[in-house]
Amino acid sequence: MNTEFINVNPESIIDESQKLKFAGYHLIQQCATRVPDAYELIYTFGKDLEMKHLKMTLPEDQEISSITSIYPCAFIYENEMHDLFGVQIKMINIDYEGKLYRTAIETPFK
Amino acid sequence: MSTRSVIPFGPQHPVLPEPIHLDLVMEDEKVVEAIPSIGFIHRGLEKLVDKKDFNEMVYVAERICGICSLGHGLGYSEAVEHIMDIDVPSRAKYLRTIWSELSRVHSHLLWLGLLADAFGFESLYMECWRLREEALDMFEASTGGRVIFSVMKVGGIRRDVSDEMLKDFYQRINKMEEQLNTIAKPFLNDMAVQTRLRGVGVLTAEQADALGCAGPFLRASGIARDIRSTGYCAYGDVDFEPIISTEGDSYARTECRIKEIFQAFDIIRQCIDKMPAGDIDVPVKGMPNGEYVMRIEQPRGEAIYYVKANGSKFIDRMRVRTPTFANLSGLVETLKGCDLADVPILVLTIDPCISCTER
Repeated sequence: MNTEFINVNPESIIDESQKLKFAGYHLIQQCATRVPDAYELIYTFGKDLEMKHLKMTLPEDQEISSITSIYPCAFIYENEMHDLFGVQIKMINIDYEGKLYRTAIETPFK
Repeated sequence: MSTRSVIPFGPQHPVLPEPIHLDLVMEDEKVVEAIPSIGFIHRGLEKLVDKKDFNEMVYVAERICGICSLGHGLGYSEAVEHIMDIDVPSRAKYLRTIWSELSRVHSHLLWLGLLADAFGFESLYMECWRLREEALDMFEASTGGRVIFSVMKVGGIRRDVSDEMLKDFYQRINKMEEQLNTIAKPFLNDMAVQTRLRGVGVLTAEQADALGCAGPFLRASGIARDIRSTGYCAYGDVDFEPIISTEGDSYARTECRIKEIFQAFDIIRQCIDKMPAGDIDVPVKGMPNGEYVMRIEQPRGEAIYYVKANGSKFIDRMRVRTPTFANLSGLVETLKGCDLADVPILVLTIDPCISCTER
């Protein structure tokens, strides 16, 4: 099983996602991990049984563009990353504005 | 243009065993848009990596859900085993496969019962759940548990199954197959059932793929993507082909799941026939250091387990992407244009597991 992580720049995520979309990949998941002063984001794409993982480090105070313009189904993962970790994502097509999860404390995984 | 109105569906609804909410934007009796809302029972189990070491996290993973319990323990354990480069003994792989397929049997029978109940066939519902009890009895006999099994561990499994018990399983599986043949007929042939399911909530192959759907929900649209084909556990040693249907409607999803139960019986029999002798676990030395993305085919579809470890006994991150989470986008698409009366059936046809989604 392919677990190769491809490091990319957060600013290029739209371009990278578009390339994968044109190559026939579907979105499998998006995930955030907390690292000191930043977030490590992993976006997983699949084609048949192959997987590609785009990995990027996003400084805590920096925004990242939503990929919902390319993969509309990304809205659920991006809202999750925002609600649990506080990742700032701009232009999500369905933005719950912090209300996807009803958590007792704000951004509990931050 | 008709007046639009919004009807709240859930979080409490007779067809929903677990809470999910949909805002249904209606034009007369037709749904024009559905906006899902979850988070009513989010538990934050992934955060427990701060307090539980990498071995204890197997128990946490198992508690994500009461139906896919075994699969969650398996997916997490396999991810850690890949990081630590552990080669699990063959007997453990075969038993993991048998239990995974038994999980599929009991999950699909549970779903068939709920579907029968949703369209008013109460006797059929009870027949499905009675048959499901057989699978739970086999779990109880072999693992000691009926819901949470605690049989998985990093490096193998905790309990062996005797050859006598495996022979008994073989006989029980054959009997279950005979009974399922009877139960499946009304689902596949009854006119009333077909009226409720055929042509309802159609999702084309292109839509299902683009929306990142998973499991029988995806395969019913004609895409033969089954993660078991990657050959994890003992799936590389058994003969099977992904079950697909091409119609992409609610009937096709039902048909796929029924055929998958028969297929699960066949895989279990193959595993029992080929069961190797030997150990069921290997000693685990050291601490995990690295990251891995494991994917397995849960009854509801592809589940993803991401583990990142730092060389200490506490891992940095465990992330689980469950099939229901992936199928929410597909559900929203199938609801567009459907009648209000079909909404409960359509919500059911993705086989929603909110417990998994709200891990």
